Amino acid sequence: MKPAAFTYHRARDVAGAIRLLAELGDEAKIIAGGQSLVAMMNYRLARPAHLVDIGRIGGLDHLRGDGSTLRIGALTTHHAVEVATDAWLGRGFTLLRDAMAWVGHLPIRTRGTVGGSLAHADATAEWCLLAVLLDAEIVASGPRGTRTIAAGDFFHGFYTTALAADEMITEVVFPRPAPHSALLEFAERRGDFAIVSAAVDLDVDEHRAGRAVRGGRVALGGVAPVPVRVPEAEAVLAEGGQAGPDLFRRCAAAAAAAIDPPGDGNGSADYRRALTQTLIEDACAKAVSR
Amino acid sequence: MSAHTTESRHAPAGRYVGASVPRREDPRLLTGRGRFVDDIRIPGLLHAQFVRSRVASGVVTSIDLSAVLDVPGVVAAYTAADLDVIGITAVLDRPRTQFVPTEMPILARDRVRFAGEPLAIVIAEDPYAAEDGVEAAAVTYQVHTPVTSAEQALEPGAPLVHDEAADNVLLDVSMFATEGIDEVFAEAPCVVRVRTRTGRQNAVPLETRGAVADWDDRDAQLVVRTCTQVPHQVRTVMARSLRLDERAVRVITPDMGGGFGQKCVVGREEIAVAAAALRLRRPVKWIEDRKDALTASFLAREQRYDARAAFDRDGRILALDADIVCDMGAYSCYPFTAAVEPLMASAEMPGVYRVPAYRVRGRAVTTNKAPSAPYRGVSRPQYVMVMERLFERAARELKVDAVELRRRNLITEFPYSGVNNITYDAGSYLDSLNLCEQVLKDEGWYDLKAAAAAGGRHVGIGYSCFNERTGYGSGAFAQRKMSVVPGFDMTEARMDTTGSVTITTGTLSHGQSHETTLAQIAADELKLDISKIKIVQGDTDRVIYGWGTFASRSVVVGGSAVRLAAVKLAEKLRMLAAGLLDTTPDDVELDDGRVRRRDDPGRGLGYAELADIAYLKAHLVPKDLEPGLSVTATFDVFTDGTFGNATHGAVVELHKGTGRVEILRYVCVEDCGVAINPMVVEGQCRGGIAQGIAGALFEQVTYDEQGEPSATGFLDYKVPTASEIPDVAIHHLETPSALTESGAKGVGEGGTIGAPAAVLNAVNDALAPTGVELNDTPITPETVQRALEQAS
Ligand SMILES: Cc1cc2nc3c(=O)[nH]c(=O)nc-3n(C[C@H](O)[C@H](O)[C@H](O)COP(=O)(O)OP(=O)(O)OC[C@H]3O[C@@H](n4cnc5c(N)ncnc54)[C@H](O)[C@@H]3O)c2cc1C
Repeated sequence: MKPAAFTYHRARDVAGAIRLLAELGDEAKIIAGGQSLVAMMNYRLARPAHLVDIGRIGGLDHLRGDGSTLRIGALTTHHAVEVATDAWLGRGFTLLRDAMAWVGHLPIRTRGTVGGSLAHADATAEWCLLAVLLDAEIVASGPRGTRTIAAGDFFHGFYTTALAADEMITEVVFPRPAPHSALLEFAERRGDFAIVSAAVDLDVDEHRAGRAVRGGRVALGGVAPVPVRVPEAEAVLAEGGQAGPDLFRRCAAAAAAAIDPPGDGNGSADYRRALTQTLIEDACAKAVSR
Repeated sequence: MSAHTTESRHAPAGRYVGASVPRREDPRLLTGRGRFVDDIRIPGLLHAQFVRSRVASGVVTSIDLSAVLDVPGVVAAYTAADLDVIGITAVLDRPRTQFVPTEMPILARDRVRFAGEPLAIVIAEDPYAAEDGVEAAAVTYQVHTPVTSAEQALEPGAPLVHDEAADNVLLDVSMFATEGIDEVFAEAPCVVRVRTRTGRQNAVPLETRGAVADWDDRDAQLVVRTCTQVPHQVRTVMARSLRLDERAVRVITPDMGGGFGQKCVVGREEIAVAAAALRLRRPVKWIEDRKDALTASFLAREQRYDARAAFDRDGRILALDADIVCDMGAYSCYPFTAAVEPLMASAEMPGVYRVPAYRVRGRAVTTNKAPSAPYRGVSRPQYVMVMERLFERAARELKVDAVELRRRNLITEFPYSGVNNITYDAGSYLDSLNLCEQVLKDEGWYDLKAAAAAGGRHVGIGYSCFNERTGYGSGAFAQRKMSVVPGFDMTEARMDTTGSVTITTGTLSHGQSHETTLAQIAADELKLDISKIKIVQGDTDRVIYGWGTFASRSVVVGGSAVRLAAVKLAEKLRMLAAGLLDTTPDDVELDDGRVRRRDDPGRGLGYAELADIAYLKAHLVPKDLEPGLSVTATFDVFTDGTFGNATHGAVVELHKGTGRVEILRYVCVEDCGVAINPMVVEGQCRGGIAQGIAGALFEQVTYDEQGEPSATGFLDYKVPTASEIPDVAIHHLETPSALTESGAKGVGEGGTIGAPAAVLNAVNDALAPTGVELNDTPITPETVQRALEQAS
């Protein structure tokens, strides 16, 4: 469990990182927090000949809310979000802070980065799920300039994304607050990657008595190679109704029926469907209670 | 030293046994000043890794290491043919119809029997180059169909793992078969049957295996530092394997990060490392990485039981009949052999219950998986689970409360001679059950369960009652027909000229706190401040011989030897002092580091004064005494040992939507006789219970059809963390052992033994309304979720 030999490069700034990536070609990989990459290198599942360390690039660890959007630098750690104050996050983004408690363990959260998580694109990673749920935009820089990729277009499949080998994520932008949202997941042990994770963001009419749901978004992790939105479940929410168990059960059932989850050592397809049902119901209940 | 003042405050000299003396190991371990194998650095040190088989079963058709030698940094690479060392063969004193001995070569020669088996050793200047070298090895195989389960192994015509074991059975013994037992079953009003399977587990010591071997020309000795529970056995096997005089091997065990049985057998890698160091005449280090530790070290616990019990109308057990199959993997471990699990289960299964008739068949089956070794509790977690399930089943059939049914059957009169030819010494079987039930009642868990059921929740309460034979001496192991018979322990106690005492022990703490507990025993006997006592363990040149630490033997056997040695040393001090104080040894006594006259306590000599005379003024030593102050003592057990016991109670809630098993409460009522150090006892219980829960709910080593292990890291091998393990309430009862010098019984394994049964019973209690019964472990959330869903 020692990595194969590699050459270490430290980038001073984004332009430098991109130059290195372009020069070194396919054999190079960015290293940020190292919490996913180093494990893969130790198992020799990844064997980059060159590592481009972006960890010392300044100005990429921000967390900036302006009331309507929240901009998070690629090098912002999970832990920085976990301990962020309301003032930093901006109203309606506490979902992100709460979600961090599900990411691995404290030592991992103090090193792992938001950019690394998105680029690594694990099917149950919290950041990927949040990005898909809230239609985040991923900002990437490369030799051809800077572009913004919608989360819905970013995740291509198992550990694969829209990023080119010479591109680097610099920032992710969460475009809108989500005051009635929640993320829940299930794993056998605390800190494990989820077997299934579910996130919802409900559109609640605050002014009507009894709090009516007017619509919402539902996203799932662990049921497909990438985190997915579930239009069938969102359709149930869009029909509207009283915020309560009946609506949430129907919404969850629509999701469970719509997905075609994989079965593996962590759980069969049926079990993942059952978890989907439970987690969406519970997440909806939690979201409206905010 | 500050540690010393704390110790003294907790227990005045002469009164250490029974006090929670702070662990004397902790100051160095907690400040990072411990010394583990991987901390050892020697100039010129080389690093080893192993080329391991990629296939579970087959014949190696070629190994080409030439590319390995071209890798920068690689110094050497050896195959079995290059090293030419003798393999390890563990044998039993049993006929071939019962037991088939098989050899575990140090490096596989041609046949490979599990994925991960070592084929070649690569030595390099650093650990990275060693792994580069391993990658460069070119091995070709003729792949055979692997045997990946005991069922498959036992099928007629199954491929053979060892040609000499014609049906893949390494042991087939029926230890007991009470005459007329079939009639008892035929006529009994109530017969229940339970079939269980338990998953293959890894003991997962935090510190993986490892060794540093170095040939010393001046001592003409190979010095091997390795984390083993049994340094002398490693020395014995290594010397034979390398064709050296045993004197020419010194095994030193530094601080250890756990063993749990995985390190109480002699492994092959450390011998290959030693052989390489011998050839190269350079120090070589091997540290097992986590992937190898999970896939290619020693595993345990994969067992299958088919058991029946007969009861009369009053709920008294009449007979027990069990068929036990243990999947022991590819090789027999030294010195215990592959028979260790089936024989343990066969010998002890009736446990705490009065079972009048007993029949058992125990088999060890070989398969193409990493081999098995003892793991904390050895088979007892499994058969206790089976016994406790049988009682639950019978209680349901007979419509009696399951706790009441246990009460009717627990052994209450001691000594009790069991159907299994074991004489049990006194224990608190009934009291511990009563107390455990009372605690759960008083804490309101029965009320909570009732309220939960009314509210549609699934809460269950489960118990397990068990005993734990501790102090296996030569007698017990000879009875198992081991040909290398562990058992005794030997201690040397020596006082130096400053009056400070060094005590060697053949036992070896790999986390059990011997430096504290054994010193407590000696300090009381010598009436000496504990800071003046140093326990030395784990060095074959300093300890004459020993059997190390396993099977909860240390405080019972080792502790008794320490006490005897301390008594002998005290005796010497009294004789010396009596001569110098013009009286007889009977008329002097030890008191707080002095020997004084009984009739005139003001007249006495401090230990330092006595030692000064014993060594530096030998002309003053009374005529009939020898100079110096050193003694040796041995202790062994030829009876059936001494039995600790406990009752565990677990309260669980099953969460419907996810199938999660949440442990709401865990109560352990234990009786280990005199607790030398209650804090250490509780630590042993807690750690053991965590490992028992791990087996019940989380951990399992699985293989695919090709015999490839599926878990190569902690992502897949689900060791529970502190978040999954509940707080454990521990209550103590004390039935002193008449066997041991201190009244103590062992307590190393109990936690692990009792937890799976208690958890499984609690889960089934919670499932009772659904009609689903789970008897296989680990119980996964998915199984529970399915059970709850089926029912609704
Ligand atoms: C035991 C354990 C448990 C974990 N549990 C969870 C969990 O529950 N949920 C979860 O989401 N994660 C979990 N993780 C992963 C953790 O969150 C990682 O930190 C994260 O996935 C990757 O971030 P990183 O900064 O460490 O990236 P690295 O490991 O450094 O890199 C990961 C990948 O992303 C690429 N990369 C990194 N930064 C950039 C960038 N700015 N632009 C382009 N490419 C980039 C790298 O080239 C590499 O391919 C766990 C990790 C461990 C070890």
